[in-house]
Amino acid sequence: MSTPTFKQVFRANLTYDNPVLVQVLGICSTLAVTNKVDNTLIMTIGMSLVTGFASYTLSWIRHLIARRVRMIFQVLAITFYVVLLQLILNAFAPEVARSLGPYVGLIITNCIVMGRTETFAPANPPLISLWDGITSGLGYMAVLLLMSVIREPLAFGTILNFPVFPPEYVSSGNNWTIMIMAPSAFFLVAAIMWAFKTRTLVKAAAKAGGTK
Amino acid sequence: MSYVDPITLLFASIFTSNILLANFLGTCSFIAISKDISSSNGLGIAVIVVLVLSTAISWPILHGILIPFNMVYLDLFAYIIVIAAVVQALEMIIERVSPSLYMSLGIYLPLIVANCAILGVVLFMEIRNYTFFQSVVFGFGSGVGWWMAITTAAAMRKKIDKAPVPAGLQGAGITLITMGFMAMAFVGFSGILRIQ
Repeated sequence: MSTPTFKQVFRANLTYDNPVLVQVLGICSTLAVTNKVDNTLIMTIGMSLVTGFASYTLSWIRHLIARRVRMIFQVLAITFYVVLLQLILNAFAPEVARSLGPYVGLIITNCIVMGRTETFAPANPPLISLWDGITSGLGYMAVLLLMSVIREPLAFGTILNFPVFPPEYVSSGNNWTIMIMAPSAFFLVAAIMWAFKTRTLVKAAAKAGGTK
Repeated sequence: MSYVDPITLLFASIFTSNILLANFLGTCSFIAISKDISSSNGLGIAVIVVLVLSTAISWPILHGILIPFNMVYLDLFAYIIVIAAVVQALEMIIERVSPSLYMSLGIYLPLIVANCAILGVVLFMEIRNYTFFQSVVFGFGSGVGWWMAITTAAAMRKKIDKAPVPAGLQGAGITLITMGFMAMAFVGFSGILRIQ
């Protein structure tokens, strides 16, 4: 298998091979952290870095690990970076760390990290693996930011804690409480997925029509 | 945190704070497996067993080793190793004791290591400062809640397969919407009691 170029990897991870919308990975945290834009930002930046560095590390040692025991190496490498991330967050952004709660630790079992270190890193050299991990994280970030930008104003009337709606929006009780709660996240991610997939299908149909 | 009695906790972890529908944990394997009722059932039961065992083992490690020696920042390492070990041990025991159960359950066991519901429950146990008994009850209740959600969803997906779903929404999309409706139904329980 030939090594893909940096540009190919970037395009794949952000569009037609998006980890959330196409591969349907990492849904747990997608749903859980998107009710506030600032939480989403920190979480997705952390996630990109962890995926990138874990892929980089595992790609360096890819010839040294026996296939049978690779799982435990993956998990330990990922855990190492997540522990680092958690210590950094606790030191510099304690409030965010508290409101994210267990979800920072849960990056370990985030399927995106597992998926990239399982499929891409063992087959490719370190630098491109680092880039692949970071761009997967960016693809994840794009979807999550879109969701949180919809959820936060409707739920709290703010974006990044700056008010975008007049204060009466929340105080009068007209805000969409459902946007704070669980069901809205399921509906939103499904809607985004629907729009994205329909666009892909329409494009594919146009292409098939054009080459006829 | 104030003390929650175990029966309340059991009820809360199954219904009001359902691990899947309110805390969004274990969604990935949920979407992948809920295509089929019998595999959902098998995986659900395996999750219950692994959750009870890993909370029962992680609690003494947290309160007996990590906290006294001031090493709480290593908690994630400890938990992930406990979970992997429990899953591995369970796989070996089931293979010896009951080959037929192993055949039906075996392939789902390794999947559980990467199931965020397990690590999530163990982390909630730490954050909410549960006692040993509370932790085990919480683990059991969360497992039952997950099992219930996945078997129900598998039954619904069977019907949805026959329905005319728009092309772009097939597969994961419609499953997520189904889960959204289930979550809305579970929101109905939320006025009864709450654990934070």
